Amino acid sequence: MAEINPSMSLSNPHPANFNATQKTGLALVSLGVLATLFAWVNIGTVQPAIYLAVALIGYFGGGVIYSIGSYGSVPEGIKNNRAFFTSMSSRGAIAWMAGIIITLFYLFLYFKDYADKIVGGNSLGGLITMFDPISNLLRGKASDQWFVYGSFYTIAVLIMGFKFILKYRHSKYQILRTCSVMFFQLIFAWMLPGIMNNLYNYEPYWTYFFPLDYDALFPSNLSYLNSIGTLGQFTIFWGLILTFIATPVLTYFYGKRWYCSWVCGCGGLAETAGDPFRHLSDKSLKSWKIERWLIHSVLAAIIIITILLLVDVSTQGALLNDKTAGILAKGYGLIIGSIFSGVIGVGFYPLMGSRVWCRFGCPMAAYLGLIQRFKSRFRITTNGAQCISCGNCSTYCEMGIDVRWYAQRNQNIVRSSCVGCGICSAVCPRGVLKLENGPDNSKRTDIQMRTNDLVLYDDVNILSK
Amino acid sequence: MHCVILGNGITGITAARTIRKNTDHEITVISGETDYFFSRTALMYVYMGHMKFEHIQPYENWFWEKNKINLKKAWVKTIDTNNKNLLLDNNESISYDKLLIATGAKSNKFGWPGQDLKGVQGLYSYQDLLELEENTHQGINRGVIVGGGLIGIEMAEMLHSRHYPVTFLVRESNYWNNVLPEQESKMISNHIREHGFDLKLGVTLKEIKGDANGKVKSVITNTHEEIPCNVVGLTAGVSPNIDLIKQTDIQTDRGVVINYHMHTNVEDIFAAGDCAQFQHALPDRKVVEQVWYTGKLQGECAALNMIGKKTLYDPGFWYNSAKFLDIEYQTYGTVMPKLREGEKEFYWQHADGKKCMHFVYKESDHLFIGINVFGIRLRHAVFNRWLKEKRTIEYVLENLKAANFEPEFFSTCEEEIIAQWNAETKNNIQLKNKKSLIKMIFN
Repeated sequence: MAEINPSMSLSNPHPANFNATQKTGLALVSLGVLATLFAWVNIGTVQPAIYLAVALIGYFGGGVIYSIGSYGSVPEGIKNNRAFFTSMSSRGAIAWMAGIIITLFYLFLYFKDYADKIVGGNSLGGLITMFDPISNLLRGKASDQWFVYGSFYTIAVLIMGFKFILKYRHSKYQILRTCSVMFFQLIFAWMLPGIMNNLYNYEPYWTYFFPLDYDALFPSNLSYLNSIGTLGQFTIFWGLILTFIATPVLTYFYGKRWYCSWVCGCGGLAETAGDPFRHLSDKSLKSWKIERWLIHSVLAAIIIITILLLVDVSTQGALLNDKTAGILAKGYGLIIGSIFSGVIGVGFYPLMGSRVWCRFGCPMAAYLGLIQRFKSRFRITTNGAQCISCGNCSTYCEMGIDVRWYAQRNQNIVRSSCVGCGICSAVCPRGVLKLENGPDNSKRTDIQMRTNDLVLYDDVNILSK
Repeated sequence: MHCVILGNGITGITAARTIRKNTDHEITVISGETDYFFSRTALMYVYMGHMKFEHIQPYENWFWEKNKINLKKAWVKTIDTNNKNLLLDNNESISYDKLLIATGAKSNKFGWPGQDLKGVQGLYSYQDLLELEENTHQGINRGVIVGGGLIGIEMAEMLHSRHYPVTFLVRESNYWNNVLPEQESKMISNHIREHGFDLKLGVTLKEIKGDANGKVKSVITNTHEEIPCNVVGLTAGVSPNIDLIKQTDIQTDRGVVINYHMHTNVEDIFAAGDCAQFQHALPDRKVVEQVWYTGKLQGECAALNMIGKKTLYDPGFWYNSAKFLDIEYQTYGTVMPKLREGEKEFYWQHADGKKCMHFVYKESDHLFIGINVFGIRLRHAVFNRWLKEKRTIEYVLENLKAANFEPEFFSTCEEEIIAQWNAETKNNIQLKNKKSLIKMIFN
């Protein structure tokens, strides 16, 4: 008895029995990875286009075959067996390696100049040339590091989105939501910017706006956009509409999910590539406290910086000297934009879960969350007294919300961080949770089911401090 | 005043929290099973790797100290009802002013030959979970589950999740049809087979055979079939865990006997949950109720009586839920496996064989009595209200949309159900609350 680890977390005595289809899929994916690495280091004289073709066939073909092998032949339903036994999804050795590799890749991307100096040349070399054929076709010019990044990002969302859809194919909500993030990533975050670049030499990202697009309202950006003509002016106009009109209105009706789990690219990656890691988010009360301080500080920081810069410009630089202004703008970009949202946000997926950035750092999430918390019709409702406190909802909440805390006391869940992914409702074995848009929840305590005499509604002292 | 609670399951913990919510009494919860309260119904998910054990503990560990609920990990050796004193297995003694017995249940063993062999076990406690891990962590060739109830299918699913072949012996002619009507029972039996379980209906266990090391090696059925296996799950129900209580002057029968104030025959001693037995059954209910929800209700009721708020056990309308592999089940009101005198039924099943609704109503005045629903989520509060308001079956069907709790965008079946009702009864009732597209978008 003593040698048994009751948490059964890190090692599984019986490795998951991979079937032949899954193995075939994994073999193809490995081939894709190898082709990518060969291209990166420029092995031999093979045309980059060949490497690209092999890589794409490997990723897409392998991904599709692996997904079908995993979920295709079993009845539809919740598929979380062995999530805490599998090394990759339970912070095992493979997860640590994956975390380090993704983090390093991000460091190469964001700090390419330094990497170039260290290796004494183009550190991403062949990886960039490899994407030239697509870049030429789409953008009418050679590839660069950000096109490589965007392409990998899109590939990940598409393949893992396909896997997610198969996994949750019994849920129309999950299918539609995933199609939506795949669509916005492919069209609005990858194809459209490329085509516009070809036509107008400017890449608009119309699904990103202030405060997530942190420099959207920086004076330098505004004057640049204004200078490039109608397209730039439209981008300014579009961004303002979305930030100040569409966001409050849509969030009032549907909660922050309209953006975070249906449109946003960060959310899109978290919901697809990040799905195998969603249960790794920290659910403790302590982490909730950290979350509230951190995320609202980031929102405050970007608002203050933006206002300072705008006031500074409108007073002809009376407020700040050029150096301070530069430090403010670049400092936020480096610490929040690059390190927090990119390196930590994605690199740490296998260790801290898929929504680290969205939960602790994203100023857009903070802004949406404030509306959701205080003035929105969105909430998760609980079904009478049917909760058995099993904990699936809390465990699989990527935002670290202790959903069970509310469900077992028969209380609606109105939390600023909820992105409305709907997984709590999906994994609930007793049909207790439902995402709903209903009457205004601003007077939250009134709609908590105090009047429902089915179970004890308790006020045991927990969050009062 | 010192309130002592034996057992930290849902009943004992609900009682402790109810006492804390109402009073400043000293509270001590004693359990030898675990340090902290966990969700018993979720044990299966730990074995299946959906969660770690810490995830099935509904409260963080600081919760208990903060709410001044003392936890003591020990087994109680004796209860001295005269001196109001408990002796623990570490020889510590604890005195109480009010005592709640919430010691739960244990798996039934019906005297099968070989039932105590290594590898033969039930699934109820944390220790059972550890035992199953130990019994299977070297890998097994086959597990045999004996008894077609809720724990049986859970255990079968657990072994299946680790890719172990499972044989499922069910005494009844269809899975759980001593509780479920034949239609639902058949549907679930099919679903069990769809998952690849070797489901043997109408077959019982005769004997369990062991090897030279005292480990199970096969079972023999009443049909004289020998099935080689390494694990046997005994899941033919549970019985109140009252060995400790039997040594005292507290009255026991199948369970600790209590009245509707959850009071035993001994002053200041109460009992609730799986271990308790009412002197008389309430209408449509059993004297021993052993589900999560009744544990919660009884725990609350017992606590109120312990602190002097005289409260009769009034659980309201019956409700329950379960999940059979991928199919969720909810029930509201009373649906017996066979219709009772004066009852009629209306059964609808979806073409996919994974969703159904079974309505029972009174033949004379069409009063709605209860519903079994599979694969579709319905609102508890709405059905509770309809039962309270004594609605007719027609009213329930016409308003079925109001009870729908399915996730957004799910296709709904109300139209089909109403159409079938109209066809069967040659009536023409109409669905209410149909929503236009505009209404759906803006709700």
